[in-house]
Amino acid sequence: MGTALALVFFYAPIDADQGLSQKIFYLHVPIALTAYACFAWGAWKAFLHLWKRPPGADLESYVAIHQGVIFGALTLLTGSIWARISWGHWWAWSSNQLVTFLILFLFYSAYFMLRYSVEPGPARANMCAVYALFGVVLIPVSWLSIRIANDYIHPTVFTTNGPQMSGSMFFAFCVSCAALLTLAATMYGVELVGKRLDSRLRELRELLA
Amino acid sequence: MSAAEKYVAAAYLVVFVGVLAWVAIIAAKLARLERDASELAELARRRAERADEREKVSV
Repeated sequence: MGTALALVFFYAPIDADQGLSQKIFYLHVPIALTAYACFAWGAWKAFLHLWKRPPGADLESYVAIHQGVIFGALTLLTGSIWARISWGHWWAWSSNQLVTFLILFLFYSAYFMLRYSVEPGPARANMCAVYALFGVVLIPVSWLSIRIANDYIHPTVFTTNGPQMSGSMFFAFCVSCAALLTLAATMYGVELVGKRLDSRLRELRELLA
Repeated sequence: MSAAEKYVAAAYLVVFVGVLAWVAIIAAKLARLERDASELAELARRRAERADEREKVSV
């Protein structure tokens, strides 16, 4: 994270068009990509749960979606701050990218309502897995929405001609992406260990009671 | 400080605070798990002592 910050502020040049506010790009886009990755990982684990039923896949799916919602909230917050300085308002309902991302975020936020409204057990695990799988469809919709709808409000940086930025900017962006994905993977690992430990302690308490 | 600098600082601060809040929540959870583990260890120790006493009485 430190290397990424150093590259963003001391190596990548200031954007000629947007000025200093473009520095939010190195944070906002990697966080959004990390949120997509977390949701996709959660859906993959949900798929594995329904297909091969390995022990713990349901919990792994839940933790990945939890991480995705955290990064999704940060995407919306950093995006709103960037929108305020770039467009003059915090939110634009006319932007398909923004609205589809909000739908994706709300869809996965509702996952927790489903999970905590059903008694723990195989039925809850199956229901949550099916729900997580439905949500993954929204990821390509959100990603492709600006390309399909020709949205001129939200900028399209990655086109079929490659990234629309200089080499040093792209390098700083890639390091930021790697840093945030590593942070998300670490958070995922720590949270998963905590949940597993909690579950083992509960089992032990029941045995000793 | 220019408006752009303020907004850039706010965006980075939001993420920093978000990660910090997550670390604080996880630290609180780990502290609770540690308390639970100590409680269960104590329970298991007492149970083992009681089992030893019962064995001595039966002998």
